Amino acid sequence: MKIGVFICYCGENIGRTVDCAAVAQAAAKFPGVIHSEDYKYMCSDPGQNLIKQAIREKQLDAIVVGSCSPHMHEKTFRKAAAGAGINPYMVEIANLREHCSWIHDDIPSATKKAIELTRIAVEKVKYNEPLIPIRVPVTKRALVIGGGISGIQAALDIANAGFEVVLVEKEPSIGGHMSQLSETFPTLDCSQCILTPRMVEVYQHPKIKLLTYSEVENVEGFIGNFKVTIRKKARGVKEDLCTGCGLCVQKCPIRKVAKNEFEEGLANRPAMYVPFPQAVPNLPVIDRSVCTYYKSGKCQMCKKVCGRDAVDFEQQDSFVTEDIGSIIVATGYKLYTIDKKPENSPIQGYGEYGYGKYTDVINGLQFERIASASGPTSGEILRPSDSKVPKKVVFIQCVGSRDEAKGFTYCSKICCMYTAKHAMLYKHKVHDGEAYVFYMDIRAGGKMYEEFVRRAIEEDDVKYIRGRVSKIYEEDGKYIVKGEDTIAGMQVIIDADMVVLATAMVAQPEAPKLAQLLGVPYDKYGFLAEVHPKLRPVETSSGGIFLAGACHSPRDIPESVAMASAAAAKALVLFGSDMLEREPVIAKVNAGTCAGCFYCQKVCAYNAIEQKEIKNRAGEVIKVVAYVNEGLCQGCGTCNATCPSKSVELVGFKDEQIFNEICALY
Amino acid sequence: MTMNFGYYPGCSLEGTAKEFDKSLKAVIGKLGVNLQEVQDWACCGSSSAHATNHMLSVALPTHNLLLAKQQGLENVVAPCAACFNRLVVAQHEMATDEKVRAKVEDILERPYNNHLDVLNIIQFFDRVGTDVIKEKVTKTMEHLNAACYYGCLLVRPNDITKFDDAENPEAMERVVEATGAKTVSWNFKTECCGASHSIAHTEIAVKLSKRIIDDAIKHGANVIVVACPMCHSNLDMRQVNMKKQFPNHQEIPVLYLTELIGLALGLDAKALGVDLHFTNAAPVLK
Repeated sequence: MKIGVFICYCGENIGRTVDCAAVAQAAAKFPGVIHSEDYKYMCSDPGQNLIKQAIREKQLDAIVVGSCSPHMHEKTFRKAAAGAGINPYMVEIANLREHCSWIHDDIPSATKKAIELTRIAVEKVKYNEPLIPIRVPVTKRALVIGGGISGIQAALDIANAGFEVVLVEKEPSIGGHMSQLSETFPTLDCSQCILTPRMVEVYQHPKIKLLTYSEVENVEGFIGNFKVTIRKKARGVKEDLCTGCGLCVQKCPIRKVAKNEFEEGLANRPAMYVPFPQAVPNLPVIDRSVCTYYKSGKCQMCKKVCGRDAVDFEQQDSFVTEDIGSIIVATGYKLYTIDKKPENSPIQGYGEYGYGKYTDVINGLQFERIASASGPTSGEILRPSDSKVPKKVVFIQCVGSRDEAKGFTYCSKICCMYTAKHAMLYKHKVHDGEAYVFYMDIRAGGKMYEEFVRRAIEEDDVKYIRGRVSKIYEEDGKYIVKGEDTIAGMQVIIDADMVVLATAMVAQPEAPKLAQLLGVPYDKYGFLAEVHPKLRPVETSSGGIFLAGACHSPRDIPESVAMASAAAAKALVLFGSDMLEREPVIAKVNAGTCAGCFYCQKVCAYNAIEQKEIKNRAGEVIKVVAYVNEGLCQGCGTCNATCPSKSVELVGFKDEQIFNEICALY
Repeated sequence: MTMNFGYYPGCSLEGTAKEFDKSLKAVIGKLGVNLQEVQDWACCGSSSAHATNHMLSVALPTHNLLLAKQQGLENVVAPCAACFNRLVVAQHEMATDEKVRAKVEDILERPYNNHLDVLNIIQFFDRVGTDVIKEKVTKTMEHLNAACYYGCLLVRPNDITKFDDAENPEAMERVVEATGAKTVSWNFKTECCGASHSIAHTEIAVKLSKRIIDDAIKHGANVIVVACPMCHSNLDMRQVNMKKQFPNHQEIPVLYLTELIGLALGLDAKALGVDLHFTNAAPVLK
């Protein structure tokens, strides 16, 4: 085998601490190396031409490039090699930058190490084999999980590009938290006014199949080829017959039987209900836990009044299976409930704030409903307990967020802004009212965000107090808020009429379960993890699965929308080709020696190991062995390390390659 | 069947809070519980020790824990909240800080090799069982609306005491309700009583304790129940100062948890030491 070695200076990056010319000279003497040279920027066009030229002129079979990390330029050099007519997988990289020059300062020893690194790469490449990328077909159809603003945006982007989308929402209507908001920062435009047209667009879009009141039950397959089972929960209403006239809701005799989820518990709703007037689809649902029929078999008022015979008490959950090429997860967030210390939780809770005990200590979403024109008070600021106008309102930021001792370590990011908005909305509606905000820092990074907060402070006279609140208690009809002003160094006691807590944004409780189903990692708080925090922020480590919105981390509307469009773009990239090319660096099982213990199956993080029957000529099963699904395998090598009989090998990192590397060192 | 517990009285229960000791001993006889006092116990390391020398404040309680273990005890009831706090904090430090542990072992000239359950008075009654108390009640306390006052030392620091909720504890309420008494929901269960400022800065303790008392009364309480000698002396004894300072001061009797249980079990007020209080407890003795 004729091997060529190319040593890069990377400008000063490698050249400063490694004598690159000496490395090239030393490499020239390695057995098998017939060409060795150095150059200032090997990744540049002239650098790549040097490689191509050498391959052609000296008819090289394989090359080693001593340069930066393979994460940076392996692709570049593989392309160059392929351009000169050799298989791109006959290229190895010796990482002389991240593994050598950047972390050492002594030139002679760094040079010595660089020579060794180059030597082991040469020894490895001797056992490289030409590899051919894996090609898998792509189903050009996307699944979007979650019908909040993120899911809506992603679904519309993909559908408008001409591809089919299945949008799954677990609630009876799409719209998510954004549909509950009163006005949005920093422009104060009405949330529903800008959202509902999008909701309607989703509903009417010929390319979008909308499944509300539905949940993802199972996911099989891999990038480009998922099979997703979706549970359609029984509404008790036939979707094809119902016209959404609302008569059944009007006539349901148990009017205020359950807390209205959309109103965040500030109002009640009947057993038969539509979540909110602009719901999409505008179909009612029966809450079976409170409906009289399911308790005693009586009533049936809704069925009697329905002119279309659409009410179906016997309806059962049904399942649909969809072929999907790409999945976008947009499951959003919840607000942390602080009233009680949750069982088996590291979170200590905030009993001292009296949420759940005092009716007028509410959370941010509840205030949104109170401030909303469509809310339980028609937009008038009235406190829940006695419907009086609160003359003094205290807003507390960072309840749960940024609290290592009692809550979560992370910043919920949106609360500084929405609290400023809340205080502003309050002052706009209650002119003689006083608004106080307790804060730790004001984090208003974003276009026109800082200006918005300044406006609350300067124009609307909201009083900002830097400090924490230690306790809230009721005394003579007032809520006594005890806190500290850390700038003045004083204790502050405010007798408030209402308190609004900006509680932390937390992941949906079902998020970890869904993540496990999808093979997507998540953090200890249940937020789903991207594959690279900077350069691949919407991609997950599972191919073809992308993230949008607050399921990834706390974020506001513009960020969620941007992320959703990014995720949609990633799905569209996938749909841009009929066949998908994947790295051939994956595990392969030697069926001859595989004993079928399936340890590999247990350790595989990507569900890529399947069971395959080996039959004799008579068609009888002789044994069952492991088989690697080429579409799912990410080439991590865990199965390789686990296999007791050494029957799994990672192509491109086979045992003999690794051993040869090690042997070259000693 | 008799239940056995180790007993660490601490200095308060021999002095300012001797009625706490008296009533506890009277009550256990009725409940079929046996307390075995740690022989030769020393200071728990509270106040004076932990304000002056960290090592002393860990070494003293560790010494007591080792004594208890040596005497074959599996648990220790420390009725005084300050003692309880010192004992559990010492345990925590010995278990989590190797440097402290090495130093203390050196001071005590003994290895520290064990762990035993340290129980405060509420945990003790929880172990005995509220149903057992309920069964033995002969004189229901239903005429009482009790404000359960925990103070600071029982619940804090919560990750060390591992007892109830630091902000809104409810364990004492469960024990009190076993006597037939009702409990009130109020604001100052864990608010500061002024503690040992009572001695050097009496005015602070009076001010803080009065706020606690007023809040209890405002929420309908006719008795305050405590589980800490320091709290008791501030809430009970300092009412004398309050009456002088505030002519409208409304009195409220302050009982130890053990005294309340004793009364419910039909024991004589005098046998429980209720007559030793500064604020007249007559209204609760109906």
